[in-house]
Amino acid sequence: MANTLFDKVWNDHVVMEQEDGSTLVHIDRIFLHERTGSAALASIEASGRKIKTPSHVFCTMDHIVDTFPGRTDQTTMPGGSEFIKVTRDLSLKENITLFDLGDARQGISHVVSTEQGIALPGCTMICPDSHTCTLGGIGALATGVGSSECEHALVTETLRFTKPKQMRVIFMGEKQPSVTAKDMILHLIAVYSAAGGSGYAVEFAGPVVEDLEVEARLTLCNMAVEFSAFTGIIAPDEKVFNYLKGRPYAPAGESWAQAMEYWSTLATDQGAHFDREITIDCKDIAPTVTWGTSPQHAISIDGKVPALSSDDADSNHSMEQALIYMGLESGQMIEGLPIQAAFIGSCTNSRLSDLRVAADILKGRKVSTNVRAICVPGSTQVKLAAEKEGLDRIFLDAGFEWRESGCSMCFYAGGEGFISGERVITSTNRNFEGRQGPGCRSHLASPATVAASAVNGSITDVRKLEHLT
Amino acid sequence: MKKFSTHLGIAAPLLKINIDTDAIMPSREMKSVSKVGLGKSLFANWRFLDRGSEKEKLNPDFILNQNEYLNATVLLTGRNMGCGSSREFAVWALVDYGIRVIIAPSFGAIFFTNCIRNGLLPVVLDEKIISTLSNQVVLNPQDNRINIDIEGCRVTGPDGIDHLFELQEGDQAMLLEGLDAIDVTMKLDSVINTFKAMDLIKRPWAYLG
Ligand code: SF4
Repeated sequence: MANTLFDKVWNDHVVMEQEDGSTLVHIDRIFLHERTGSAALASIEASGRKIKTPSHVFCTMDHIVDTFPGRTDQTTMPGGSEFIKVTRDLSLKENITLFDLGDARQGISHVVSTEQGIALPGCTMICPDSHTCTLGGIGALATGVGSSECEHALVTETLRFTKPKQMRVIFMGEKQPSVTAKDMILHLIAVYSAAGGSGYAVEFAGPVVEDLEVEARLTLCNMAVEFSAFTGIIAPDEKVFNYLKGRPYAPAGESWAQAMEYWSTLATDQGAHFDREITIDCKDIAPTVTWGTSPQHAISIDGKVPALSSDDADSNHSMEQALIYMGLESGQMIEGLPIQAAFIGSCTNSRLSDLRVAADILKGRKVSTNVRAICVPGSTQVKLAAEKEGLDRIFLDAGFEWRESGCSMCFYAGGEGFISGERVITSTNRNFEGRQGPGCRSHLASPATVAASAVNGSITDVRKLEHLT
Repeated sequence: MKKFSTHLGIAAPLLKINIDTDAIMPSREMKSVSKVGLGKSLFANWRFLDRGSEKEKLNPDFILNQNEYLNATVLLTGRNMGCGSSREFAVWALVDYGIRVIIAPSFGAIFFTNCIRNGLLPVVLDEKIISTLSNQVVLNPQDNRINIDIEGCRVTGPDGIDHLFELQEGDQAMLLEGLDAIDVTMKLDSVINTFKAMDLIKRPWAYLG
């Protein structure tokens, strides 16, 4: 029978089909972070239950820790250090691997889990964090869950899921070089809506996806949840295998050979059934940026803020609210809109390749005097690697802050945030109201667009930025 | 978890689409690892004006602050309810506030499961039905209540008309009997171990020492 990539990974993890149509699925890896993982650990502690296989459980500090140079357990977020301490104590007690502050492996969970070879093709992985779908970029079946489900997985090594429907999104055609994976996913969500993937596991495929580097594939899958998909997944190939080889927790030696044999079967068979198929011609995609408060409020950089549509009262209402919140009007150009801040970071776009693209633009240039610009590498490893290449100097010389790794101002936790009314161009994945600070106006874009906009002090079409020689 | 079979409650229409979990439970309100007492933070950015400052007060325009909707236990919302961040704090806040049922055309998947795990019933009904229910409710919110019957998978509007919804048997049983999902699965431990023994032969590379 012809199977999809998703079917193959799913089938090999079925512990038991339940009478009601749900399935008990084996979970290979669990990743925790100090904000929601701490709640799961505390709840296990209170119940007196045990983690079934501690060697398959990892934890990092990313959400609440400060990213200021010289950080400690103290945080700008009130009460933040409690999360850090509880996580540290319980990780130790439960004997799970913790990437603590000061550990060179610390970073944003979804960046660390591929970097350390914890997430693997053909493995199931969960984390109490919605962007766990990122890991589909290397062919893992990964999804975000709540704290209770996480606790369930920790104790039983399984989760109960209803098998989602399946969708394939094929990216084909000629992609402009300035168009990145971020622009591709924003475009998809803009065209098919933020609920477009609801109920589906989405395989991203097609020649353009095959051409993407591994880190760009992670960016693409990162925002599958913004498309409301159960997860995103991409068939692993040579690029992925080369990327994983030699990573600390990746298989090695004989085990590597066995893994390769298995992984090489992980592609959708000819004729496999998808419940829905979408094809996107990449020539239609320009650098893309959001204007509103949902990722579906995205338009091409040379586009105009859309007018209200006549046939959908609900979405008109939400658009009106978004326009008020963002201080914009229908018909307005998005390009040229003055910004007060620029942010490069988050599990979407803070890997070495992202920083390189931004640094390329920033080299020899200065951030506009009206703009506060911040760069937060996705992991301590990314930070160290960037420093080795001298990227930190380029960011600093241009006028960017250069931070320690973490989620930082991807989301506002009560500590540090952007100022109310401020317009921020950001490489993150959510532009919800207040996401980066109460009243703050976030425009999602690729790192290239963020860097170019920081230089100009306004939202900028990176294609129009003059190239320095 | 409490058993849950039927519920007759005051419903508040909050017919926005894409209500995300950041809106239900803003990040900065999550000040401790504990699940308790989060109800006071529910929809904090909408419910309060000048939250956290000396001038803080209830926002009179927000529906849950209005007298007609006092003690509301049912929410009627727009599609894609509970999208965004996986934070279960959002569901804990709803439960702590006293919400028992949310009726929406569709839900964020993680949020839906989080609801079930915490005894909060997510009901999927057609947009048009929700709009009809809401039109009836607003005429007299305290009296025009909505009845939800989990066993019959039935929502009864103030006009007495029944609307059926679907609920997976496992989820239904979990709510009706107030079961704990982990207890239920722990009974299958030997099945899980058998699976693992076979999986270890098939995918030895997936196991860490
Ligand atoms: S970087 Fe942002 S989106 Fe990613 S895990 Fe952290 S808070 Fe969530």
